[in-house]
Amino acid sequence: MTRLRINGVEAEIAVSTIAELLVQRGIDPGAKFLAVAVNGEVVKRTEWPDATLRAGDDVEIVRPLQGG
Amino acid sequence: MSNTDQLIVAGIRLKSRLFAGTAGYPNQQVMLDALEASGAELVTVSIRRISLEGYAESIVDLLGGKYRLLPNTSGCVTARDAILTAELAREALDTNWVKLELIGDRETLYPDVEQLVHAADELVRKGFVVLPYCNDDPVTCQKLADVGCATVMPLGSLIGSGMGIANPAGIELICSRSPVPVVLDAGIGTASDAAFAMELGCDAVLLNTAISRSLDPRRMAAAMRAAVEGGRLARLAGRIPKRNFAEPSSPQLGLVGS
Repeated sequence: MTRLRINGVEAEIAVSTIAELLVQRGIDPGAKFLAVAVNGEVVKRTEWPDATLRAGDDVEIVRPLQGG
Repeated sequence: MSNTDQLIVAGIRLKSRLFAGTAGYPNQQVMLDALEASGAELVTVSIRRISLEGYAESIVDLLGGKYRLLPNTSGCVTARDAILTAELAREALDTNWVKLELIGDRETLYPDVEQLVHAADELVRKGFVVLPYCNDDPVTCQKLADVGCATVMPLGSLIGSGMGIANPAGIELICSRSPVPVVLDAGIGTASDAAFAMELGCDAVLLNTAISRSLDPRRMAAAMRAAVEGGRLARLAGRIPKRNFAEPSSPQLGLVGS
């Protein structure tokens, strides 16, 4: 189990990569218009299958919404 | 509008001088209809944390590739968060355009000028086309242009307030001095405000709430489109000077009974 902060919420999760985290959270890693940052740095989509998550990582998963 | 009067932002020719927001509509169909009626080409979206309950249909799917998207950094209060949001938007939407918002006060949503200029500078260096929401202050606008912003977007009045253009002389001054296009952003309440912005010399108007929260957003969108086009034409045509006394428009010679 890895202790992560995901979109501001602490969670203990048994995943090792960003792609695994998305799947575990019910998010299709192939879905369009997603973006992910770890510890304040954007991780490109092509790197999600290999990007290893470590204990204490701060993960942001975002998408576009209505806005002004 | 004639083909010779086109708005160019960062080398891109935009067919409409009305930029429209996508928030606050009664429902998605009204939003789509209103955007269509507005004639806008550039529309704003926000970037938010995904619901961890799963993936729902994206606004981008809804817009169906018909619009050029302008992601914003709305709600950000630090340069760091605004820059990260812009970088996430670039990754999610494959655009390097960003409406940079850096809020200094939650109640008035006034920009934090110091952080705004800093964030704009950094984003320009990172290759972004930066359209900053800013104060109606010529010095701030000059600083933003100096660091390489593609436009300046001074507020007419407070975001969502519908109070129109609180400082028309200030907006006119900014327009007369700006080396980059001026977009009146925030405060528009009704069509005459949008026309007024264009008459003052603004190159475009960005609005959201005035359409989305009106009683009939489809009709208000059409009104805004007409207002922006009318105001632009009036600006180009050149208004008559104001006078303190009447000047008759009918001929003065040959009056009956004279």
